[in-house]
Amino acid sequence: MFGLLLGCFYAAVSLGLSVAFGLLDVPHVAHPALLIVGSYGAYLLGGWGLDPLVSGFLLMPIFFLLGMLLYRFYYETFESRGSAAGVNGLAFFFGVAFIIEVLLVLGFGVDQRSAEAPYIGESLRIAHYRIPYRLIVAAGVALILTLVLTLFFSRTFVGRAIKAVGQDEGALRLMGANPVKIKQLAFGIATSVNALAGAMLIIVSPVDPTMDRLYIGRAFCVVVLAGMGSMSGTLVAGLILGVAESIVLTLFGASWATAVAFGLLLLMLGVRPQGLFGR
Amino acid sequence: MKYWTFAALAIVLAVGLALSGANEYLFFAGFVVLQAIVLATGWNILGGYAGYVNFGVPGFVGVGAYTALTMHLLIKAPILVQIVAGAMLAGLLGLLVGMLTLRLRGIFFSIATIAVVYILDAVVMNSRFLGGATGIQLTRPTDVWLFGTYTRMLFVVMAVMAVIAVSVARYIQNSHIGQGLRAVRDSEEAAECSGVPTLKLKLIACVISGALLGVAGAPMPMYLSYIEPASTFNLHYAVIALAMPIIGGTSHWAGPLIGALILGSLQQIVTVTISSELNVLVVGVLLVVFVVAAPDGVIGLIRKWKTSSK
Repeated sequence: MFGLLLGCFYAAVSLGLSVAFGLLDVPHVAHPALLIVGSYGAYLLGGWGLDPLVSGFLLMPIFFLLGMLLYRFYYETFESRGSAAGVNGLAFFFGVAFIIEVLLVLGFGVDQRSAEAPYIGESLRIAHYRIPYRLIVAAGVALILTLVLTLFFSRTFVGRAIKAVGQDEGALRLMGANPVKIKQLAFGIATSVNALAGAMLIIVSPVDPTMDRLYIGRAFCVVVLAGMGSMSGTLVAGLILGVAESIVLTLFGASWATAVAFGLLLLMLGVRPQGLFGR
Repeated sequence: MKYWTFAALAIVLAVGLALSGANEYLFFAGFVVLQAIVLATGWNILGGYAGYVNFGVPGFVGVGAYTALTMHLLIKAPILVQIVAGAMLAGLLGLLVGMLTLRLRGIFFSIATIAVVYILDAVVMNSRFLGGATGIQLTRPTDVWLFGTYTRMLFVVMAVMAVIAVSVARYIQNSHIGQGLRAVRDSEEAAECSGVPTLKLKLIACVISGALLGVAGAPMPMYLSYIEPASTFNLHYAVIALAMPIIGGTSHWAGPLIGALILGSLQQIVTVTISSELNVLVVGVLLVVFVVAAPDGVIGLIRKWKTSSK
């Protein structure tokens, strides 16, 4: 049960990456760093008494613009020069991730920060099980988010356009559409999801600036497991990771749990790199 | 010929310094810069020549360090044996990682290498023999033949290793392996179609690169006389090993050397004068600036300047 709730949360954290990396093929290793920025944003707004989730919603437009800008910059410097696929794009995002990390350390220190809300710290009791409300809230929001994004990508015009870009950019250009604009939009959406996911992260557990490194493993694990850019696959993959992690946690202890995501990722890459639901 | 004169001079200079009465701190800091040269050069063989970005540097460094530690604990092996053993195991790790992931596209390889770091981290954390999460304290020999202190001796050892690393990189660059790897970087499909044995070459590069990263890590336990997983399996190694070749220039063997000298020295200065947090910021910012503005690094800038002034 705990694992399933955790899994919903992992899925939510990975949704943005699933769009940015899965659909758009951008090697966005800085994505988890932006997630932590989202958490700190919620923490800051929490100082004014705002609920983390409300802060997450408020931060979404800012993150949207940030994502658009980041993609624009990435496009101008790498993609349009044709040097995106190799060392440079990856190195760029890796550098960005570290800059964000250090700035957070300089701004907030290395201590853990947590948010306050009425549902944090309380537990729902069913018989002798205790389920923390914080996980229920995060999982609920995660489910809604997944549903909204799935509908967005399958029903709306823009969503379908984004999927089309992921499948065949050249064809889209021939149809008279501007792939760069659509990708920019998609990247903005991917980043704005991070604001909300970051808020959920700080609800689920306290955050510290170097936490993004763990989430590189978790998020990429979920995206690869799901099979590049599949929204419903992301949910299932998140659930698998959540359950696997909580099983390892109870059987072998916390020091092995962090390795689960990475182990699963390696296994998947070695055995079936196209993912569980890959084309 | 000129190269080997320089290499010999570098070693003679290192030995001379170690025998002189220079301040002990010089060797403590110098070791880090020399280690940076080995790291950068090792990383560049796979990352620069073949275009496969290895984020797993801490994994290889850690394997080197913990192999050395094991050798020290089990048979009290001397430092050279420790380094050779570390290099061999790290090379083996390179082979394993390579076989598992090199068939994949570049980004998946990079992500997989991060995974290796965290898995090894968990293994060490759960190994009582290797000190677990709290780490292990070592005593190192107090009197050392010829050099007096252990740090001085390590400095000379690392200088020799740096020369070896650069020579290996130089040899590879000029051999058919280097040509093949360059072809892989420019277009893997085209290389494959023209009969380049891409997978074999990538595996060779992965093993040599891994072994050199292991060499960089192996002296760490003796250098600090202490080792623990959190700082060993730290992604900081990955950023610096990536940043230095990119700053220097990835296509030439001298690139990582230049990058390591610049960044390594700069880091020492920043750490001493300001703070160690800022030092990571400097690395990150320099990395991003170079990737965006000068993707061919310092060497690229020099080349451009030369051609424009003609």
